[in-house]
Amino acid sequence: MRYVAFFILGLVFWLLLTFKLTVANLIAGAVASLLCTLIFARYYFTGVVKFIQPQRWFWFLVYLVRFIFSCIKANLDVAYRVLHPKMPIRPGIVKVKTSLKSDFAKTLLANSITMTPGTLTVDIIDDCFYIHWIYIRSEDPEVYTKMIMGAFEKYIKKFAE
Amino acid sequence: MTMVAMIIISIGVLFNFFGCIGLIRLPDVYNRLQAATKCVTLGCCSILLGVFIHFGFTDAGIKGLIAIPLLFFSATVAAHALIRGTYHFGVKMSDKSVKDDYKSASK
Repeated sequence: MRYVAFFILGLVFWLLLTFKLTVANLIAGAVASLLCTLIFARYYFTGVVKFIQPQRWFWFLVYLVRFIFSCIKANLDVAYRVLHPKMPIRPGIVKVKTSLKSDFAKTLLANSITMTPGTLTVDIIDDCFYIHWIYIRSEDPEVYTKMIMGAFEKYIKKFAE
Repeated sequence: MTMVAMIIISIGVLFNFFGCIGLIRLPDVYNRLQAATKCVTLGCCSILLGVFIHFGFTDAGIKGLIAIPLLFFSATVAAHALIRGTYHFGVKMSDKSVKDDYKSASK
């Protein structure tokens, strides 16, 4: 099942990239995505059924809007720190615990953290994230966990677990 | 439409410029990576979005559009790999740093 899903996704991707709907192109795309499927499909898509649940797509859209908003905020934040004459930075690496279980969800959360204001994921060991923070605003683990994870953990739990 | 595309591309170039200033001004490699990742990723994404708006649903426009998610994933993963590699290589954090929880875990 997941091999089929991966194959279709690969073919669609190929067609979008080449943007020509001829027979020769279709055959070339099919061969290429078949090769990719055979090599890589075993690492992805552990539950294909999750793809056809509409509530997951809804939460994904909510997450996407939120993510783009915080991404723009992150850029303004960096611009502010860089252009400020005194450079208000107070960097350090903090340890944050997460309650997410699956690898896919953890990867997504780590990527989201990297794109949010002032934080960058250094490493993931079991269920702990090590995060480089450009301006540590609090010393209390509970407070900064909430600050870093924000709403992302909640949304990702709803659509990716 | 060309006007909108131009404005979005200009914003992208401006963010790239901020990223470059950050690369020069910030004190150590970890902070520099922060500026480089965030600003340059969003800068490039908005340039690609401008390209999509300019060309519409044609060959080049669609390519620009699908490059955006690819860039997002590759840039974040690359930043993680670089910062982790730097830490394990033994580069010191700057004097301004106040906390380092990773030291005990990375042994």
